[in-house]
Amino acid sequence: MSKRVPVLVLRAAGINCDEETMHCWRLAGAEPSLMHVNALLDYPKKLDEFTILTIPGGFAYGDDIAAGVILAQKIQHRLADTLTRFVDRGGGIFGICNGFQVLVKMGLLPGGDFGRDQVTLTNNNSSHFEARWVRLQVCTIKCPFVGEVQSLKFEIQREGTRQQGNEATSETPKNRKVENSELEIADRPIDNRHSTIENFLELPVEHAEGQIVTTSEATTRRLFERGQVALRYVDAAGQSDRYPANPNGSVAGIAGLCDSTGRVFGLMPHPDRHFDHTQHPQWTRRNSEGPPDGLRIFLNAVRYWKDA
Amino acid sequence: MIQQVDRHVDYWCVIIRSHVSASDAHARDKLADICGAGFNSITAVRFSKIYMFSGLLSESDIRLIAGDLLTDPVVELSEHFDGFSRRSGSETAIEVHPLPGVMNPPALSVKEAAQELLGSAGRTSARVDEVQTARRYEISGAKSADELESIAARVLANDCVEKWYIQGLGRDDAIPDHSPEPPSHPFKLRRVRIVDLSDARLAELSRSAHLFLSLDEMIAIREQFKRLGRDPSDLELETLAQTWSEHCVHKTLKSEVAYRGEDFGVDGEVEAHFDNLLKDTIAAATRKLNREWCLSVFVDNAGVIAFDDEIGIAFKVETHNHPSAIEPYGGAATGVGGCIRDIMGCGLGAKPIASTDVFCLARPEFESQRVPSGVLHPARVLKGVVSGVRDYGNRMGIPTVNGAIFFDDRYLANPLVFCGCVGLIPRNRIEKGARAGDLIIVAGGRTGRDGIHGATFSSAELTDQHADEFSHAVQIGNAIEEKKVLDALLIARDHTNGCLYSAVTDCGAGGLSSAVGEMGADVGAIVELEKVPLKYAGLRYDEIWISEAQERMVFAVPPSNLESFKKVFRAENVEATVIGQFTDDRMLRIRFNHTSVGELDMGFLHSGLPKSARVAMWSRSSKCEVQSSMSETTRQQGSKATSSNVDVLTIRRFDVLQSTDNASLLAALRSLNVASKEWVIRQYDNEVQGRSVIKSLVGPGFGPSDAAVLRPLYTSYRGIALACGLCPELGEIDPYWMAIHAVDEALRNVICVGADPMRVAILDNFCWPKVDTEEAMGSLVRACRGAHDAAMAYGLPFISGKDSLNNEFSMSEAESRRTGLSPRIAIPPTLLISALGIVEDVRRCVSMDLKKPDSVLVLASCEPAVRESDTRSSPQVASIGFDLAGAVNVHHRVAKLIADRHVLSAHDVSDGGLAVALAEMCIAGGLGVRVELSDARIAASIFESKPCTYVFEMKAEAARDCGFPVIGKVKSEPIFRLSTGKGDSIALDVSELAAAWRSPLAKGANKS
Repeated sequence: MSKRVPVLVLRAAGINCDEETMHCWRLAGAEPSLMHVNALLDYPKKLDEFTILTIPGGFAYGDDIAAGVILAQKIQHRLADTLTRFVDRGGGIFGICNGFQVLVKMGLLPGGDFGRDQVTLTNNNSSHFEARWVRLQVCTIKCPFVGEVQSLKFEIQREGTRQQGNEATSETPKNRKVENSELEIADRPIDNRHSTIENFLELPVEHAEGQIVTTSEATTRRLFERGQVALRYVDAAGQSDRYPANPNGSVAGIAGLCDSTGRVFGLMPHPDRHFDHTQHPQWTRRNSEGPPDGLRIFLNAVRYWKDA
Repeated sequence: MIQQVDRHVDYWCVIIRSHVSASDAHARDKLADICGAGFNSITAVRFSKIYMFSGLLSESDIRLIAGDLLTDPVVELSEHFDGFSRRSGSETAIEVHPLPGVMNPPALSVKEAAQELLGSAGRTSARVDEVQTARRYEISGAKSADELESIAARVLANDCVEKWYIQGLGRDDAIPDHSPEPPSHPFKLRRVRIVDLSDARLAELSRSAHLFLSLDEMIAIREQFKRLGRDPSDLELETLAQTWSEHCVHKTLKSEVAYRGEDFGVDGEVEAHFDNLLKDTIAAATRKLNREWCLSVFVDNAGVIAFDDEIGIAFKVETHNHPSAIEPYGGAATGVGGCIRDIMGCGLGAKPIASTDVFCLARPEFESQRVPSGVLHPARVLKGVVSGVRDYGNRMGIPTVNGAIFFDDRYLANPLVFCGCVGLIPRNRIEKGARAGDLIIVAGGRTGRDGIHGATFSSAELTDQHADEFSHAVQIGNAIEEKKVLDALLIARDHTNGCLYSAVTDCGAGGLSSAVGEMGADVGAIVELEKVPLKYAGLRYDEIWISEAQERMVFAVPPSNLESFKKVFRAENVEATVIGQFTDDRMLRIRFNHTSVGELDMGFLHSGLPKSARVAMWSRSSKCEVQSSMSETTRQQGSKATSSNVDVLTIRRFDVLQSTDNASLLAALRSLNVASKEWVIRQYDNEVQGRSVIKSLVGPGFGPSDAAVLRPLYTSYRGIALACGLCPELGEIDPYWMAIHAVDEALRNVICVGADPMRVAILDNFCWPKVDTEEAMGSLVRACRGAHDAAMAYGLPFISGKDSLNNEFSMSEAESRRTGLSPRIAIPPTLLISALGIVEDVRRCVSMDLKKPDSVLVLASCEPAVRESDTRSSPQVASIGFDLAGAVNVHHRVAKLIADRHVLSAHDVSDGGLAVALAEMCIAGGLGVRVELSDARIAASIFESKPCTYVFEMKAEAARDCGFPVIGKVKSEPIFRLSTGKGDSIALDVSELAAAWRSPLAKGANKS
């Protein structure tokens, strides 16, 4: 039996999605540990024991000043080098909602030559908190967190190696009993070729500062060209510019970004709130099979890093 | 030298402006609010954030802070100035500053973050002593400084907690150049002369000192101190006033009552005697029902029922009416925060997993000119309370899953804000008790002057002077502080060495005075007030003792656990301080710097309150008088509204639309109490923690769910359903039936989603006007008895409750003439019933959106109990009375059909009647219906709310022998068709229904 992927889930004053994020990692077959950011700041070497760092959603330090700023500052000043080394040696960083805001405010996303002064997350266009489910389109093939969705059509490019679509086909999702879906998924390999979703995911957004703003159209274009736009909001017709399908007014409907390696990934929607079919707002009127959309993101990551 | 260029200044001001319109949503929002409030000439608003620093900071320090911390380089620009008062430009502007001492969480965060930033940048000599924040609005299009003044007062700021400065148009208000010092008082023990006062002087003292105690209570205190041979200290008197306040002990509901008048649910007159009204009605029902799954009822901060063998569910609903009337944002936020602390302080601590919120407000369209002085416009109240609930609940990471908004103009001056919270508690953590020798620890936020007199204030009647007199009772919350306390509390509760404390309670109304007084009631306590950590120096001893500063909990910690306890709290950055010790002499001793400032006998404090005896009566004739005096305001409003605009009418049970036609259905859907509350719901996080199963808005068309369902444990599909019932409009007819209807509605709502009706617990929240007459007392008695009878008939134990009386407002004669309102405005008697039901398997839950074309619609109802005598004397009572035994049968049969998975969608027939229920199901599911009502009685009342009535969708073959009549079919074509035997009909596109239903509150509270 292969070793479980060790995941560190950060906690801080005001982070409030740590419980469900931990649960998702467990369901996905990883081995998550919860740690207060103060403990990590005191002992950064601890990060060496992990493969994926997760910053969950919430209102870290009240989101006073602006969402994510205070936690971003804490991490940046004391852990910047540690995190760079962590990504360089193949680790993944995953920011959900507030965690995404932290990664953007730190400059880790989009990262590289995109400076902190080119891309930001700011107040929703509606000026207030928005809670609704959105439809997301996967826009990249380089991000292992959303890779599964693409693996039907593309082979995942990993640095230095080429990974074929997962060969394991021990059991197709159709054979799973819906009743036990969430409790049993953890130990099963996911068979991409039987995936019921193609390029789209449905997840809830719940935030007040999720609008992506860039300094120019050229910056936005560059993000797309480099495959760093991981997810965008789309309506049923595939359009990204209309409210409420685009819940916050993000430029080009950008909902999630990855860095140039694809291993640092953040998104405003909450995959951690869609790990069971009964969480989908329409579950009472449809039959759902296979892992729920949110859990797929965690499963993808585990599958990718299990062999890393 | 570089140092010469780098100026060191004690005070700096940083101004941050957005330069990208995309991110200046706040300014756009405020512009809409300003125009919505009638200032139509305003053309633009620009917004800037202001941070004021005092300390030892060089210009390069402040540049670093502004650049790296405060400014988002993509969308913002910053400027900095020395001193607080300098600003660039000469714009016309309003600048809003929090009053000194008001909680300001961003200021605290910025101070900490700035200090940390300076430290990590190696600037060790720099020091940040204090940070203040302000908001600046540059306004274009204002005609005069007076107009700016009223924009500030009515839209941008609240003078209870904020101060504003106006610049331009001839005004140039001086902004102080540095932060003011809070007032400081040298210690002086003050005694209040009472022992030799006459009765008249006692009554006067109660009023002038804002004690709100009755003469009998004042006499009891005088006699006690006569026995002790001394006068009380001000602190002792305050402690008694807080502990004996209506808010804390519910003395009206617990009084001895002699009732005579109309019987309860049967014809005739009756005389009844209650030793203790609450105990003999509501609590008696729980006792008689004796359900083994009720684990803790009426004894703790919340009621607890069993969820499974290991876990209990705690539920509490509180009101925060008076503070929300004066400062809606802060009032609602601290209401949420307080109720969450009730859950945290239940047993040895429960983990909050969901919140509920119910508001009763006047119409947002209420004419601005007729709002009395001292009252905020209802549109502003609505926006404020929604924002308050949103910001506190969302920040705490607790989903707001269920609620209601009820509009009636009688709530104009007394808006009601009910905040509920549900928590999970291990069954072996329910028992608690402070033991002699345990240390008293206060943990969480620091103590300041905020919230002084909250308990007595909430027990008083509001007047147009209250905003001034009681502004100190109003507070702003700090949710992140409370979240940290919660994190620490749960770690200490579940510590590997066992729970580290023997008792915990929240610091709510009455502050330390109530918390320590209650925890130590059976043992005794010594408190040393100088040890309490303060926000700023200079508080008097009595201010420390009764301050209701938020986000504090009090723990009883055995000395052997002190170190472990402090370690846990330190790791979470939560201050935890020993302030005294529990003793064994049943005395409450309070000291300040080794001087005794109070010594009260716990027995007298908790049992010395003289029991009040009340006379209550209720008859149809007297009721009419009470009714007319209570609702004079609405009568005027109502008739006005009818003549001008049918949309704003409160269409609930008795404003029945007579005709069966398209216009009536659209009007019903547009009425505020029916219309979609989506604008509110979408601002609440209702999925954080990942427990949500049935959400507030369901189906592709976002219809209104009857109840919320959650899955408390990730490892099990067992769930809970939460819902409420509220029918204040029936209180005018008969509070007895009003209470029964509210219980019935709450039960129906949880049954609709799939709760087991044998496992439903309920909570009561009474909000009444003044209860100073026999008739008013009679209305309370009838509601209590109705609640009791419904609970007994349906088998629903009450597990917790709360009341808020004196919800009245009085104004001067002149103000009454100016507004055309009666000089006293009383709320209608309002009883909120909240229901908590167990769902065996959430995968069997049902939502209210129509599911499948060609399935059939079934109507389940019970017979009204029409009695000859009722019909003769009061047709209205006849129409609201019903047979409870028959109703039980219907509830249980419907629940069985749902449990057996025969039902595809279900909805209760309440506001707007059968027609609206069906329309909502169409809207939610995006499907149509064809309904034929051959039964003339049903056809005649399709807009009437009915007790014990459901409409649901079943497959045709299953419906054949379900025992309830089929009234129609679901159609794939999205058209609503309803016809009656008489040939009347409604035919409307579902999109038209949806548009009508969404229109009234689509843009929130902004008036058009």
